[in-house]
Amino acid sequence: MAEFNPSRRKFIQSTAVTSGAVIVGRLVPEADAKSVLQPSQLTKEPANVNVLLRVNGSEHQLMVDPRTTLLDALRERLHLTGTKKGCDQGQCGACTVIVDGRRIASCLTLAVMQEGHDIITIEGLGTPTNLHPMQAAFIKHDGYQCGFCTPGQICSAVAMLDEVKTGIPSHVTADLIQPPEMTTIEFRERMSGNICRCGAYSNIQEAIAEVAGGRT
Amino acid sequence: MKAFTYERATTPAEAASAAAHANGTKFIAGGTNLLDLMKLQIETPTHLIDINDLGLDRIEPITGGGLRIGALVRNTDLAANEHVRRDYAVLSRALLAGASGQLRNQATTAGNLLQRTRCPYFYDTNQPCNKREPGSGCGALGGYSRHHAIVGVSDACIATHPSDMAVAMRILDATVETVQPNGLTRTIPIVELHRLPGNTPHIEHTLVPGELITAVTLPKPVGGTQIYRKVRDRASYAFALVSVAAIIQRDGTGRVALGGVAHKPWRVEAAERKMPRGAKAVTKELLSSARTTHDNAFKVQLVERTLASVLNEALNETKV
Ligand SMILES: Cc1cc2nc3c(=O)[nH]c(=O)nc-3n(C[C@H](O)[C@H](O)[C@H](O)COP(=O)(O)OP(=O)(O)OC[C@H]3O[C@@H](n4cnc5c(N)ncnc54)[C@H](O)[C@@H]3O)c2cc1C
Ligand code: SF4
Ligand code: FES
Ligand code: FES
Repeated sequence: MAEFNPSRRKFIQSTAVTSGAVIVGRLVPEADAKSVLQPSQLTKEPANVNVLLRVNGSEHQLMVDPRTTLLDALRERLHLTGTKKGCDQGQCGACTVIVDGRRIASCLTLAVMQEGHDIITIEGLGTPTNLHPMQAAFIKHDGYQCGFCTPGQICSAVAMLDEVKTGIPSHVTADLIQPPEMTTIEFRERMSGNICRCGAYSNIQEAIAEVAGGRT
Repeated sequence: MKAFTYERATTPAEAASAAAHANGTKFIAGGTNLLDLMKLQIETPTHLIDINDLGLDRIEPITGGGLRIGALVRNTDLAANEHVRRDYAVLSRALLAGASGQLRNQATTAGNLLQRTRCPYFYDTNQPCNKREPGSGCGALGGYSRHHAIVGVSDACIATHPSDMAVAMRILDATVETVQPNGLTRTIPIVELHRLPGNTPHIEHTLVPGELITAVTLPKPVGGTQIYRKVRDRASYAFALVSVAAIIQRDGTGRVALGGVAHKPWRVEAAERKMPRGAKAVTKELLSSARTTHDNAFKVQLVERTLASVLNEALNETKV
């Protein structure tokens, strides 16, 4: 095995090459950075790290423990509590947010992994006085009961319709070569990652169908 | 979760060599399997190397035919790729049958291949599990084993590999490209990537520590009717009880691979020669080494029936 003995210079080089990209986890505390990195230092001193998160159009500089999930950073640090923690295991969809236009489970990604990305939460989709059409449709069709799954359902539904529009197929798309259709069968399959303990599914589907169909 | 240090690598070679130099280092791609297991302290890396900035997120046709899929290509993008939809439909279908829309947006090609079993005893740290804690015993043997493997099993472990995508990769004869910590690159046929449990169920694949998957390549398209049929307890968003990937040519010959029945995608080339004789003959050969439990014996018949239905569908399609 080759010897691990990178100098400070090498560390700086690799930082410079990234030009704008970030080495978020500092391998050694700032003060020690001049000394030679020893393998033991790589693993023995987990420290808080700086992360710049862009959420709903505003930037937030945070010091976080690298263990912090995006979900916990949003809720506990930025106090954006619209996004919910259901299972914390990727199984329920309550934590769904939209990153670079795509819906993801925020409980299964780290905050430090999301630096440089555009994060939209339910708070950024619309406001009480200026609702997103999907929010308005959920209210109109009673697409919830307790409301716990609702922010995740709405973020998921908004990004899901974009997925259909951009031609991403699903498990129920009959012909992989043709563009997928805006049908209830498609919407149901594509929303299967969002569980509703209250069983508001049929009203959720009506809300989504209305937005998809362009009716108000 | 145990504490760890975190870095973002910018080149594959840098990632691989960094991984070799610190004990307890893991790559993180989508994070959808690793973070789940870290929260439960089943995985306890002390250093994470984020590989999302390696530029391995492209799908490129290979001159002379075939496709090179970057290790970081998201499952959604792979399933939606026009070449894959047209020429490797079984791969699109397998991907779309897995997980949820959210998770497919995060999950990567390499992460999907290397995801760990969903055996409930592996997940429950109060239970014995030779995979999680070598030598502690197997909770599933003699426990509740409805979801477990029926072929390639051992006395140490009867877990399945949960990936749908890997089954399609196996039937398509994919090749895994890697870079090792010493900077050397190599290619591994997909059949050799995953191991059977034997006496060492905690060793799941043939990569060396710190070896980074950079791409998966597919050979020239083979045509045929391509089907992926997944049988599960829910219509969507559930792991397979049994899945059948099939590529069937007009003359009735073809290929078959199974998911949900073994510690790796299950394909027996000798069984494929029986294709023209129908599902029963193929299943008999595919599962000739089957060793079932009381709970999962039903999978033998389920494989045969699912295969029969798949062959039937292919026959109807070629008639039209
Ligand atoms: C609720 C739920 C349901 C699911 N349902 C299904 C399903 O039905 N079918 C299915 O197939 N899957 C399913 N999955 C699993 C999902 O597909 C995997 O979690 C995902 O594919 C893993 O990819 P990732 O990029 O997130 O991997 P990560 O979690 O980032 O990594 C997984 C492992 O691979 C290693 N790794 C990653 N990239 C590389 C690389 N380039 N080189 C070397 N090592 C690497 C990591 O170190 C880690 O050990 C489900 C997951 C969840 C949470
Ligand atoms: S089947 Fe394998 S993974 Fe499951 S408990 Fe037994 S040893 Fe562990
Ligand atoms: S909290 Fe993330 S999927 Fe349930
Ligand atoms: S409205 Fe209660 S969980 Fe969906």
